[in-house]
Amino acid sequence: MTTTAPASPTRTTPGGTDTLLDFQNVAMQFPNGTIALQGVDLTVKRGEFVTVVGPSGCGKSTLLRIASGLEQASEGTAAVKTDRIGYVFQDATLLPWRTVSDNVELLAELNGRPAKERRAKAQEAIELVGLSGFEKNLPKELSGGMRMRTSLARSLTLDPELFLFDEPFGALDEITRERLNDELLRLFVEKQFAGLFITHSVSEAVYLSTKVIVMSGRPGSIVDTFDVPFPMPRSPEIRFEAEFAKLVGEVSHALREGHR
Amino acid sequence: MAIDTTGIVRQTVSRRRASSSRAMNIGLPIVVFFVLVGLFYIAAFYYDKVKGLPFLVPYPHLILKAVFTEPIFQKQLAEALGNTMLVAVVGLVIGVVIGMLWAIIMAQAKWLESALFPYAVVLLCIPILALVPLIGSLFGYEFKSRVIVTVLFCLFPMIASTLFGLQSIDKGQRELFQLQGAGRWTMLTKLRFPAALPSIFVGLRNAAGLAVIGAVVADQFFQRGNGGLGVLISVENQRLNGAEMYAAILTASILGVLVFVLFNVLRRLAIGKWHDQN
Repeated sequence: MTTTAPASPTRTTPGGTDTLLDFQNVAMQFPNGTIALQGVDLTVKRGEFVTVVGPSGCGKSTLLRIASGLEQASEGTAAVKTDRIGYVFQDATLLPWRTVSDNVELLAELNGRPAKERRAKAQEAIELVGLSGFEKNLPKELSGGMRMRTSLARSLTLDPELFLFDEPFGALDEITRERLNDELLRLFVEKQFAGLFITHSVSEAVYLSTKVIVMSGRPGSIVDTFDVPFPMPRSPEIRFEAEFAKLVGEVSHALREGHR
Repeated sequence: MAIDTTGIVRQTVSRRRASSSRAMNIGLPIVVFFVLVGLFYIAAFYYDKVKGLPFLVPYPHLILKAVFTEPIFQKQLAEALGNTMLVAVVGLVIGVVIGMLWAIIMAQAKWLESALFPYAVVLLCIPILALVPLIGSLFGYEFKSRVIVTVLFCLFPMIASTLFGLQSIDKGQRELFQLQGAGRWTMLTKLRFPAALPSIFVGLRNAAGLAVIGAVVADQFFQRGNGGLGVLISVENQRLNGAEMYAAILTASILGVLVFVLFNVLRRLAIGKWHDQN
């Protein structure tokens, strides 16, 4: 089931299809006249991790906001075929007055889950992201990487089928970022969600994804798509292999071409 | 080894610096206190011996004597202090409740803010003292009018700081709640209100200080019924009882300072864990 323009994500119960996100000819024009997106066709299937790279201001984030329902596309059809969507923001967006475990419980709490269930769910997610022992800490006592882990854990409590990431590791240092990339891949293999990931970093895109999509500058449209052949689970070592470097080079080239 | 040594040296130096700054923070105000008391004695001496008007600036030890050795005055002072505190507390509670509700209503929609904010500014701009005779004629010259003046004093800081706090929500945090379909009430209680607390506590502290000022000022105009410190100050002034008047003034000042300290402590207890003041 899909809607026509102006489109909002349509949600159907999971089961029938493997395509969790289906964008057809999606365009986005803001009230001030700025065209952020144009003619975007994009699907994300179960078991796929799709990364979108593009220059600043190309509408990558708008793509995610449409998928999450925070914005409505002004043209085309934007269908999301699950109601279990995880959304990880650029900032960790933790509530500073809540401890790590209370922050992780937040979404289940907002969804009206019973206290016992959400506590168990939160504990499981905290262990998954490697934050055991920090349950009672406040966000201000954590490093940037740990805050992002908390944010990840919070989304994990929703058991997302579709996981949306809006440049979540952009503000972190290289070492922390690579470590979190590994953790994310491990979660992807373990949890079998479909991922849509936005980033500036080409090597991060290639390392994480099964498919890399390159967007052009404003108005944002898709200029190239690359399938990433490396099997999962991936070892951090593949970053130093020739094939990896070659693909990073090709994506970077497409990015420069699209930017022209 | 060399690194270790410099590390230790640096630590000792910084520790010494910390302790010397602590000594300065306590010691310097004490020094200033004694200088002020000394100046006070000089002024008192001048008014006593040169001007022949000793009640205008009494010797500090006479003020202490009035406070600690005159049972009748002690009783008057205690009663006046109690009455002032009652007016200040009742006025503050009413002002805080009205101010926060006003701000919460304004924070619900842009049009409500446009409709109601100008009147909050009007509150700030009217010289409250200009209303005082009217308040007296309308509500009498006792407790009720004192409380109304106190409310007027502490309303605006409460409205302004609550509104500022409620509006200072991070966009990502708001969208996080939106994505879960959180309603207005959930958003207010679980996000906007807790996020506004640091700002609300600033407002509370300012409002509480103004409530004390309001209660004392109201006394100057509404002298009937159970008078507070303001009434006592006027009365002792008229009777040319310098020491007693100064004692009442000092009591009002100390009350103001204690309220300020009290609300700082409350702030720290309530939100100090997660919110640094600076």
